[in-house]
Amino acid sequence: MLDSLIRDKGREGRRGYTLPRFDVERVSLEKVLPKQALRKEKPRLAEVDEPTVIRHYTNLSRRNWGIDTNFYPLGSCTMKHNPRANEAAAVTPGFAGLHPLQPEKEAQGALQVMHEAQGFLAEISGFPAVSLQPMAGAQGELTSILMIKRYFEEAGDDGRTTVLVPETAHGTNPATATMAGFGSQEIGTDEDGCVDVEELREKVNASTAALMITNPNTCGVYEKNIEEIAGILHEAGAFLYMDGANMNANVGRVRPAEAGVDIMHYNLHKTFSTPHGGGGPGSGAIACSETLAPFRPDPVVEKGEEGYRFVRPEKSIGRVSGFHGNFGQVLRAWNYIKMHGPEIRENTDIAVLNANYVRAQLRGTYRIPFDGLCKHEVIVQPPKGIRALDVAKGLIDHGYHPPTVYFPLIVKEAMLIEPTETESKETLDDFIGTMLELAESTPEELQEAPVNAPTKRLDEARAARQLKARW
Amino acid sequence: MARFTPHTEEDIREMLEAIGVDTLDDLFADVSPKLEGELDLPPVLSEYEALSDVNKLAAENTAGRPIFLGAGAYDRIVPSAVGAIISRGEFLTSYTPYQPEISQGVLQSIFEYQSVISELTGFEISNASVYDGASAVAEAALMTARQTKRDPKVAVPATLNPRYREVIETYLVETVEMSHNGGTTDFSEVPEDISGVFVQSPNYYGIVEEVAAASEAAHAVGALAVAVCDPISLAVLESPGSLGADVAVGEAQPLGMPLLFGGPYAGYMATREEYIRQLPGRITGETVDQDGRLAYVLTLRAREQDIRRARANSNICTNQALTALAATVYAALMGPEGLREVAELSISKAHYLANKLQEAGFGLRYPEVPFLWEFAVEMPDVGRANEALLENGIVGGLDLDDGAMLVAVTEKRTKEELDAFVEVVRNAG
Repeated sequence: MLDSLIRDKGREGRRGYTLPRFDVERVSLEKVLPKQALRKEKPRLAEVDEPTVIRHYTNLSRRNWGIDTNFYPLGSCTMKHNPRANEAAAVTPGFAGLHPLQPEKEAQGALQVMHEAQGFLAEISGFPAVSLQPMAGAQGELTSILMIKRYFEEAGDDGRTTVLVPETAHGTNPATATMAGFGSQEIGTDEDGCVDVEELREKVNASTAALMITNPNTCGVYEKNIEEIAGILHEAGAFLYMDGANMNANVGRVRPAEAGVDIMHYNLHKTFSTPHGGGGPGSGAIACSETLAPFRPDPVVEKGEEGYRFVRPEKSIGRVSGFHGNFGQVLRAWNYIKMHGPEIRENTDIAVLNANYVRAQLRGTYRIPFDGLCKHEVIVQPPKGIRALDVAKGLIDHGYHPPTVYFPLIVKEAMLIEPTETESKETLDDFIGTMLELAESTPEELQEAPVNAPTKRLDEARAARQLKARW
Repeated sequence: MARFTPHTEEDIREMLEAIGVDTLDDLFADVSPKLEGELDLPPVLSEYEALSDVNKLAAENTAGRPIFLGAGAYDRIVPSAVGAIISRGEFLTSYTPYQPEISQGVLQSIFEYQSVISELTGFEISNASVYDGASAVAEAALMTARQTKRDPKVAVPATLNPRYREVIETYLVETVEMSHNGGTTDFSEVPEDISGVFVQSPNYYGIVEEVAAASEAAHAVGALAVAVCDPISLAVLESPGSLGADVAVGEAQPLGMPLLFGGPYAGYMATREEYIRQLPGRITGETVDQDGRLAYVLTLRAREQDIRRARANSNICTNQALTALAATVYAALMGPEGLREVAELSISKAHYLANKLQEAGFGLRYPEVPFLWEFAVEMPDVGRANEALLENGIVGGLDLDDGAMLVAVTEKRTKEELDAFVEVVRNAG
């Protein structure tokens, strides 16, 4: 059943919250503010009582799927279980009530969390330096590329105008290069789904600032030539940046710094399971080499004789967030890492086991474009005549959130499946059974799907053509 | 296996067999260079032990006291219903609503959020939110350059939150400062080659600025006017849309988000319909499904990075869906009258405190201009005053490092707290 808007449930004069009484004289606005500054018409907001608010948003939530309600194998997004201890940590009054501009001595607990989180992320990546400032993965990318830009400016090298991006990269990579003032150039893929090293060799030159690589890449394949790739870039005086979206396949198994990467971002909401929240907030912490460390955003946390303090790195690119990044997400990730310790590698192992199991069981019915083992996610293609979109919508009718479809762009009808480590063999077996069943459907049968969801397929073109984006 | 992985030894054995390998290590045969040994992380903790550490460190923070700090983040009341809604797993653990048939909850909540922001700012279009107020300001600066097809160079008031200006500059936008006279900005001289003119109202010092003057100055040189506004202030102040501004941005934290040491918050962005193509971030629109039933979907996606790649109008992917939901629920609970009352309580208490401080001999830095709930007050030794306040269980205002304290007063502060504040700073001298 479709729900009306909250404003349509109101009636003038209703209130959903009682505020404290005036215990000082109520100031007349006309007395303290100029007349022309005062609002003439009140905003048309909902006027509703609390029971109505709770029922409205509870019912909205029931028309939404999350990891809590359904298997959610969305490739490149790492939709794993969100432990509730992290949520408990984030609402602790001693953190929730802390103002970001309180002096350092009043926030030692929070600074210690940040300092330890920096240490954990340094250890996991193998890098000496970390910044927790970026508030999402894409901002971590931008921060990293801006740091590289500043490095070259500092070095007096003004010929570095290009960032190389594999054609399998997330769209944020080329968009980031543009935003940081670089041109971007695509690098092709070899038959194993990896960066084409020969093409890379041809394209790297004195104008190259960096290559933005994702490893494992968005084909779910480990970049087997990562060390050679790093060598090619370093020889040309350029940097290797790593998009850490897929770190869930690396933690405890490989450290990007040791593979030759110079700088990377993490998605704390993927690898360390801070909740995705319907599309944010996330956190895009970065880790980097000694060479790039002085360029990190302001501030980082250091431990001194008198406790923890904020420090602006020597050649900082400046601030990327209003205060100290998404502290709440850092706190959750810090707690998550502490609840795993060195055993966090088991998450990686099981994530990769689950993806390869799905791969093995779908193989034969679904096409698998790349030979060899996958890492934490696997690309499959539906049998001829059936579209990935139709399988995706068919999955909804069976209670599964669809995998990522039509990405990476180089694989036709791609379905990128990332089960994550928190799903049991039984869940996977049921999912596999459904996938095999859907592969035997006729295209006509699937085109109707979904029929068991809160809505049928939507007229997306109409939304753009007759734009209505507010009440 | 432990933690949050359900696998038994037998599960693993069966699965490895199906894959055709012998051990978990074999799954990483193609990975090089392999990490030898274990990560050097502290030993694993149970939930109980981990949360004990959380509580121990939380106790080392000075929290739960009356706070007089503002400067971009405000200690406002967060109704209990907000937390109850945003902790529902269907919202908390979902991803971006790319599959609209099973994401109507998030999509409709974004539509409602956009509506609230549009109403408050007086614009036709709001995006689904960006990271925080500072990044919204920086994105707006870039937006003015795209729309005017000029180099990114903006005029910013000296009264703009300095952190916002820093982020604008980090995002590779040149800034030119406009000076102020007694706390309000002089918009009479803006360079001709700029893409945008910024105005913050209430400004960094809590003072109401003339958005209309900024708008006129911007339009006179063919630039866009960007107003940076506290959303609570828009319950009582004229909307930037009706004062001629082209874009409104700001920090949505006052709408139901806890301080949480700086985030996560949400940045709002609203504009005129004619500039929608240059507005970054996600937008939800209304449509119908195959049966003609009303539904919501992400729309105008061709502006975004996953479609346009290098030619997208920003690299932004995320919106702060969950904190934007908090803002939406907050606005629903308060309604227009509640929001107005939050503003009036804050204004009344701030003016009470300012008067008492003046009676005690402290001068306001900008006594001639109208302010809302934040003001700069001159003190001989702000550091000493803040020390004394802390000793008395009060978190003082922001030291402006020039002989003044920036004091913020919200609806949470009681008369007793305000009187205690005056008493302590008077005695501190």
